[in-house]
Amino acid sequence: MIPEPFEYHSPQSLEEALRLVTEFGEEGKMMAGGHSLLPMMKLRLASPRHVIDLGRLSELRYIRESDGWIEIGALTTHFQIESSSLLREKCPLLPETAREIGDAQVRNLGTLGGSLAHADPAADWPAAILALDAEIRANSAGGERWIAAQDFFVGLMTTALAPGEILTAVRLPPLPRRAGDTYLKLRQPASGFAVVGVGVRLALNEAAHIERVAIGVTGIGPKAYRAAAVERELLGKPPTARRLAEAAARAADGVQTNSDLFASAEYRKHLASVYVRRALELALERANP
Amino acid sequence: MSSKLLGERIKRKEDPRLIQGRSHYVDDIQLCGMLYLAFVRSPHAHAEIKAIHSEAAQKMPGVLAVYTGADLEGRLGLIPCAAGMEGLKVPPHPCLALRRVRYVGEPVAVVVASGRYQAVDAAAQVEVDYEPLPAITDLDKAVSSDSPVIHESLGDNIAFVAKLEGGDWKAVESDASLKVIRQRLVNQRLAPLSMETRGVVASYSPGEDTLTVWSSTQIPHLLKTQLAVMTGMDEARVRVIAPEVGGAFGSKLNVYAEEGVACFVSRQFGKPVKWIESRRENLMATIHGRDQIDDLEIYFRPDGKVMGLKCHILANLGAYHQLLTPAIPTLTALMILGCYNIPAVFVETKGVFTNTMSTDAYRGAGRPEATYIIERVMDMVARELNLDPVEVRLKNFPPPGKDIVLATGVSYDTANYQKTLKKVLTLSGYKKLRREQARLRKKGKYLGIGLSTYVEICAMGPSSRMPAGGWESGTVRVEPTGKVTVLSGTSPHGQGEETSFAQIVAEELGVPYDDVTVYHGDTNQVPMGIGTFGSRTTAVGGTAIYHAAQRIKKKMARLAAVKLGAKPSELVFRDGKIETEDGSKSVKFGEVVGEAYFAKQLPPGLAPGLVENYVFEPPNYTYPFGAHVAVVEIDNETGEVNLRNYFAVDDCGRILNPMLVDGQIHGGLAQGIGQALWEEHVYDENGQLLTGTLMDCAAPRAHQFCWFETANTETRTPVNPLGVKGVGEAGTIGSTPAIVNAVMDALRPLGVRHIDMPLKPEKIWQVLRGGSPQVV
Ligand SMILES: Cc1cc2nc3c(=O)[nH]c(=O)nc-3n(C[C@H](O)[C@H](O)[C@H](O)COP(=O)(O)OP(=O)(O)OC[C@H]3O[C@@H](n4cnc5c(N)ncnc54)[C@H](O)[C@@H]3O)c2cc1C
Repeated sequence: MIPEPFEYHSPQSLEEALRLVTEFGEEGKMMAGGHSLLPMMKLRLASPRHVIDLGRLSELRYIRESDGWIEIGALTTHFQIESSSLLREKCPLLPETAREIGDAQVRNLGTLGGSLAHADPAADWPAAILALDAEIRANSAGGERWIAAQDFFVGLMTTALAPGEILTAVRLPPLPRRAGDTYLKLRQPASGFAVVGVGVRLALNEAAHIERVAIGVTGIGPKAYRAAAVERELLGKPPTARRLAEAAARAADGVQTNSDLFASAEYRKHLASVYVRRALELALERANP
Repeated sequence: MSSKLLGERIKRKEDPRLIQGRSHYVDDIQLCGMLYLAFVRSPHAHAEIKAIHSEAAQKMPGVLAVYTGADLEGRLGLIPCAAGMEGLKVPPHPCLALRRVRYVGEPVAVVVASGRYQAVDAAAQVEVDYEPLPAITDLDKAVSSDSPVIHESLGDNIAFVAKLEGGDWKAVESDASLKVIRQRLVNQRLAPLSMETRGVVASYSPGEDTLTVWSSTQIPHLLKTQLAVMTGMDEARVRVIAPEVGGAFGSKLNVYAEEGVACFVSRQFGKPVKWIESRRENLMATIHGRDQIDDLEIYFRPDGKVMGLKCHILANLGAYHQLLTPAIPTLTALMILGCYNIPAVFVETKGVFTNTMSTDAYRGAGRPEATYIIERVMDMVARELNLDPVEVRLKNFPPPGKDIVLATGVSYDTANYQKTLKKVLTLSGYKKLRREQARLRKKGKYLGIGLSTYVEICAMGPSSRMPAGGWESGTVRVEPTGKVTVLSGTSPHGQGEETSFAQIVAEELGVPYDDVTVYHGDTNQVPMGIGTFGSRTTAVGGTAIYHAAQRIKKKMARLAAVKLGAKPSELVFRDGKIETEDGSKSVKFGEVVGEAYFAKQLPPGLAPGLVENYVFEPPNYTYPFGAHVAVVEIDNETGEVNLRNYFAVDDCGRILNPMLVDGQIHGGLAQGIGQALWEEHVYDENGQLLTGTLMDCAAPRAHQFCWFETANTETRTPVNPLGVKGVGEAGTIGSTPAIVNAVMDALRPLGVRHIDMPLKPEKIWQVLRGGSPQVV
């Protein structure tokens, strides 16, 4: 429960942070809220020589809207998202997800950017971000680039971020008309993380057929994923109860499923389909006021 | 006695300092020149220690020494076991492993350094060569004749076999009209998981030759004795202090290796030494609770009357005995009939060594297991006969008010189980719930209603039945200013007896509640006592204080009588005065106190001062009882259990402070429900702990519970003058079977009789889809 010795750095600007990140390379670790990094260090599963605390970079702590897009700074805490009136109105899925994370202490310190960069296979944000077709901004000494959420999660706790890159923001496309979204989760009773977590955003066209649907699933496999097989079954179709159920049955198609003390792989697959169906039903209800 | 304190919701004296973080736990104690310990622990469940390489660690900054088991051999005594059972096998249990390790987390070496971090860093550098041996964690395998033996000198893995038999078994077995159910119940292992982990500061002063030990313990006095024995010190020179203790649940009713080692090291260096347990250490090397397999045979009449109960208990003791390890499952046997008059009983308990951490007392300590068995039995009988579980219980209760002796030899003090059952049925709207259930079943929805009507044994207890004495001491001292000091030999650690003891004394002496201060836990400050466990603190310790207060009153009444020209027996203590009932003759409390101390005109034969001690020896245990109803909904797609309502009616005798009782019941319910639904402390077949962090070890959280509807009946016990029984464990004991009964009741249409705890959704899902529940 005591980490190995490390040096602490507290850059005052993004430039300085980028410089330190480049300078320390493999030996350095960025720290945002510290709520994933510090537990790993205390268990000595991570032992960075240098900890670069991003906490002072207040320029990365914001939620704003421009041209219909919403942009959220990487250091925005779970609680800031949970309590944002802008998000509650424009993108309820995000506050709904935030509410499901950990406890009040965790939500007050943990950050959106930290969670995404950490890419825990049972974290909540990845599913939400996937469902929203978000884009993720990465800054490096050489400039910045935007990465589509779909391309961001690469594998077990690995992302598309390159060495030397800092995740600085997440942006979300505007909510289409006649759209609804939601996040549903079954909590693991010990950790509170997702046994299964499902984010859904769904939009209907004039004919009340499904025009767009994006389903992000976490907790089931080594990384969060889009339930593409389900989406394909639904696109362009009228959302009957039967169709939703049939499509949802494919929620874990092709996914290498986790198994642990709480839930076997088979049960997890089953949970994925039930939770995807329920999330679809709820999102549909919201799209059809 | 006009100032009404007893029975009121008086706010806890403890809380302001605790909730403001302004008090002192062991880790808050800082002494000059303090050294720190870090333990090197076994990563293997079973292995030979071939060599320990500590040279690198010794050279690390700040490191003063590294000790191994060999270094301590003959210099520090073994870890004691106080359970004096006939024929019990007691393997040697050194503070640091000697030659062999027998569970993951067993201390193998200790690093002494001048900083805590330095000690931990150096411990990581100690290399131990192990030769792994096959590990035994499975109880059925451990008792088989071809099992590897954990303590070779003992021959096999069975530490004891105890039998308890009563009634006419011939009659039962020859009665062809009786039906029989055979069922195995597994009572899984749990981690006690107090908020504050263990911790110890030992400080030896070479000049004075005294050893002062601050430990997060429930038993400072017993610990003092044992540490004196282990270190070889004169007991009169050892002082143990339990400062604030942040929860224990039985896990600190013990003497641990780390306490012994800290004392040893402090004596070596003549300096204070600190060790604070990490949460990971807490999960692997603080005692665990429960862990039994119970094989049942239930003989019952077609009308629901149970005629005989047989149970073969395999109790997992772990690798060594801690203080009371083997005694715990014997309480299961003793209480196995619960509150039912079952004429024949047979229990065979086998205590079994395995390559796991020791089990020992965890909230309820053997009684939750008993209650789980008998309350499941009642429901299984009801199910088999298609009777309402209420009916089966009523059929088997003894008649109210009568003293009966059960086939186990136990006799209960104030039995009236019908009363609490009736009250909880009303409180919960039981009949209405049954109608709702029937409606929902037609719609394919699973609502379950679970009952538990428990009785427990507490206020431990008469010394004749307790390994280390069951009495308790209390002192009341009125100071010259009229303020009152109360000293208790108990050692509360969250329960709130500073409050209830002050209520007792303030009410008896007629002084303001705020004028009474209660101390406990320092062996140099309070008279010898036993400690806090077994729901005994108020019933035994409170009674000692009550009697001490009576002695004070007697003396003060004599003094006041002289002043007032009245008879001592005419005087009452109220509102800061000592006066006649009609108030016509009255003297201030403080004036009489002054008289006692200035001692100018004492009646002949009366000694100066106002301090009285009393040692109370309880004539019997007490037997609180209660009736609980749980209502659950099952998600029929996922198997998730939603606890919708919980109703608890508990009879803990006279209630001194309803708020404290509520607190104990609520916390107890949380722990009992936690076992039923979520908690399990799991070793794999290699003896590796799978639930070694809080990421995997499911401690219940507030948000997982519904609101608890609690109520009480108050049947005073004749065992002590306060009429109090005990309430510390009741909630835990009563609630676990209520939940399991509710879930099994919900699943009734699916034809499954039993699912083992914890009732994880996947097990229920397996049943919902028509499979066997035991896959997970
Ligand atoms: C008790 C507890 C319960 C929790 N429960 C949940 C839960 O239910 N659901 C859930 O989703 N999460 C849960 N978490 C995790 C929590 O949400 C973390 O806050 C989050 O996963 C990480 O965010 P952070 O800001 O704390 O990141 P940190 O811990 O500071 O960093 C995590 C990792 O990301 C890297 N990193 C951080 N910021 C950046 C950046 N801007 N650019 C590049 N790399 C970066 C760090 O180097 C590190 O490797 C829980 C945590 C705890 C302690």
